Amino acid sequence: MSNPRILGIAAFLLAVFVLVPVFINLTGRWDFYYTLTSVALLSVAAAGVWLTFYIGRINIGQGAYALTGGYVSAILITQYGVSFWVTLPVAGLFCALVSVVIGLPILRLRGVYFAMVTLVLTEVARLTALALPVTNGAKGITSIPLPGELSLFGLTIIPDFATLENPKLAFYLMAAVLMVLTYLVLWRIVNSRLGHLCRSLQQNEELSASIGVNTAMLRVLSYAISSFFGGLAGAIFVAISQSIYPSSFVVQDSVNFMLYCFVGGLGSVFGPMLGTLLLYFGWDLLSIAKEYQLLIYSGTMIALMLVLPNGVLSLLDRKGGRK
Amino acid sequence: MEQILANGLYLGAQYALIALGLTLIFSLMNVLNFAHGQMYVFGGFVTYTVVAQFGLPFIVGLIASAVVLAVMGALIEKFLFRPVIRKSKRDESTMLLAAGIAFFLDAVILLLFGEKQRGVPKIVNGVFNWDMRLIMPYDRILIAALAVALIVGFILFMQYSRTGRAMRALAQDRMAAQLMGVDVDRYSMIGFALGAMLAGLVGGLLVTITGINLGMGGPASVKAFLMIMIGGAGVISGAIAGGFILGMMESIGLTVLAAYGDVTYLAIFVTLMVFLSVRPQGLMGKPWG
Repeated sequence: MSNPRILGIAAFLLAVFVLVPVFINLTGRWDFYYTLTSVALLSVAAAGVWLTFYIGRINIGQGAYALTGGYVSAILITQYGVSFWVTLPVAGLFCALVSVVIGLPILRLRGVYFAMVTLVLTEVARLTALALPVTNGAKGITSIPLPGELSLFGLTIIPDFATLENPKLAFYLMAAVLMVLTYLVLWRIVNSRLGHLCRSLQQNEELSASIGVNTAMLRVLSYAISSFFGGLAGAIFVAISQSIYPSSFVVQDSVNFMLYCFVGGLGSVFGPMLGTLLLYFGWDLLSIAKEYQLLIYSGTMIALMLVLPNGVLSLLDRKGGRK
Repeated sequence: MEQILANGLYLGAQYALIALGLTLIFSLMNVLNFAHGQMYVFGGFVTYTVVAQFGLPFIVGLIASAVVLAVMGALIEKFLFRPVIRKSKRDESTMLLAAGIAFFLDAVILLLFGEKQRGVPKIVNGVFNWDMRLIMPYDRILIAALAVALIVGFILFMQYSRTGRAMRALAQDRMAAQLMGVDVDRYSMIGFALGAMLAGLVGGLLVTITGINLGMGGPASVKAFLMIMIGGAGVISGAIAGGFILGMMESIGLTVLAAYGDVTYLAIFVTLMVFLSVRPQGLMGKPWG
C-alpha cells in the first residue's frame, strides 16, 4: 500500500470520526447528524448494490432486503425480547439466506430482465409485509426500544442508548463504523481472488464458465453478500426511527440505491459512498428551494449524466491516464 | 364469470397500450424507460387541461396529449439519450438518465398541474346491462374499443408502413439495419416519440374514467415492466399478450382472492417469479434480451 493512499484513508477516518462531530458541535446543526447517519447507512446498502453491479447485474431490489432486515430486527426485539446487537447479524444473515433462495432462479436472468425482476421484488416485499400477520400489516411495528447495552464478560463495550444524553451522536458513530467496516470488506473482496472472478463474470459469463469458474455459485454468493449489507442497513434504520412500516422501503428507495452507485461511478469501490453523499446530502440541502427542490435535484442529475456518464469518480480515471 | 372476463379485457386493452410504448422504446434503443409512467400521467394532465380548463371536446384533448408527448419524447431522445448512449461505457447508464427524467417529469407535473386528483366529465352516459350478468358503463366500453383500435392501428403501422419496417429492422439488428441504409438516429427518435405518444394516449383515455394524479406514475411503470416481462421485452406481440394476461389476472384475482384480503398482486408477483425461473425470456422474448 502506497503512502498517499494510507494518508488518504487516515484523512477520511479523521474527517468522519473527528471533524464532523466537532463541526456539528461548533455550528449547532444537530440535524446534520441524522442526515449523515442516513448517508452512512444508505451507502452500506448501496455497497451491496454495487457488488451486484460488479458481477454485471443491475440490482433494483435492495429495498426488499432492507425492509426484510428491518422487520426481522423489529420482530425479534419486540416479540422475543432479543437484544438489538444480536438481531443485527441475524437480520443480515436472514436476508442473505432469503437472497440465496430467491437468487438461485432469478440470477439466471440477465440485463434488463434481472433489473425488472428485482424491481418487482421490492414490491413483493412491501405486499408481503402488508399481508403477513406477524408484521402487523399497514399499522407497522412502532415504539421499538433503543439499542441496549452490549457487554462482553461484564465489560461494557457499548452503553445503553437510552441512558446516553446524546443518542444522535451515538447513532452517527455506529453508522459510520459500520460504513467503514462495510467498505473495508468490499475493498477486500474486490482485491481478492473473488474480486477477480467477479470481474470475469462482468466481462463475459460464458467465457469464464468455460475456463472453469463456478459462475452459478459466484453469482449467488455475491448476491447474498449484497443482501446481507441491505439487511444490516435496514435493521439499523429501524433502530433509529424506532418504527417500521411496509412503506419504510419502497420501489423509490431501491431505485435510489441504484442511482447512488451510478452517480458515484461503477468503476470504483468508493463510488457508491460518494454517490450517496452527493445525492442524499444534496437533496437535503436543496430543501431550501421548497417547491423547486425536485426540479433542481433531477435537473442536476440529468446534467451530471450528460457531462459525466460514467460517474463522478471517472474524473479520477482521466487524471491518472489510461487504465 | 362474464363480468370478470369483460373487466379483464377492458383492463387488458389499456395495459397493452402502455406496454406497447415501453417495449417499442426498449427494442429500439435498449433503454428501460423508467419515465414511462410519468409520461402517461403527463398525457392525462394535458387532456384534462384541454378538456376541463379550455372546454374543448375530448377528442381534441386526446390529440393534444398525443402531440405534446410525441414532441417531448423526440426531444428527450435527441438531447438526452443520444449523447449519453454515445459517451457512456456501460449500457446501464441510460437507466440513471431515465430515472432522472422520471423525477424531472414528476417535478414538472407538480409545478404545472399541482398534486390534486383530476378528472374530466364522462364522455358518454349510461350503463350497458345484459340481464344483470354483464354490467359495464358505456364510457368504459368506448375507451376499451378506442384502445383496441389504437393497438390494431399501431400493429398495422409497424407491419406495413415504411417507418414501421425500418423500426422493426432496427429492433432486430441495429448494425445490419444501418448497413442497409436505415437512418438509425432518425428512426430511434421517431420510435421514442411514438412510444411516448402511446403513453400520452393511454393517459388521455384513462383520465375520463379513473382520473389522474401525480402518484400514479411509479406504479404504472412497475405494471408496465411486469407486462413486458410476461410477454418478453422488446417484442410487440409479447407486450400485447402481457397486457391482456395481466389485465385478466388482475380481474380474476380481485374476484377470487377477495376473501383473503389484498393479496392479488402478491399472488401475481409470485406467479411471475416462478414463471420467469422456468422461462426467463418471457412468452415470446428473445433469450437474454
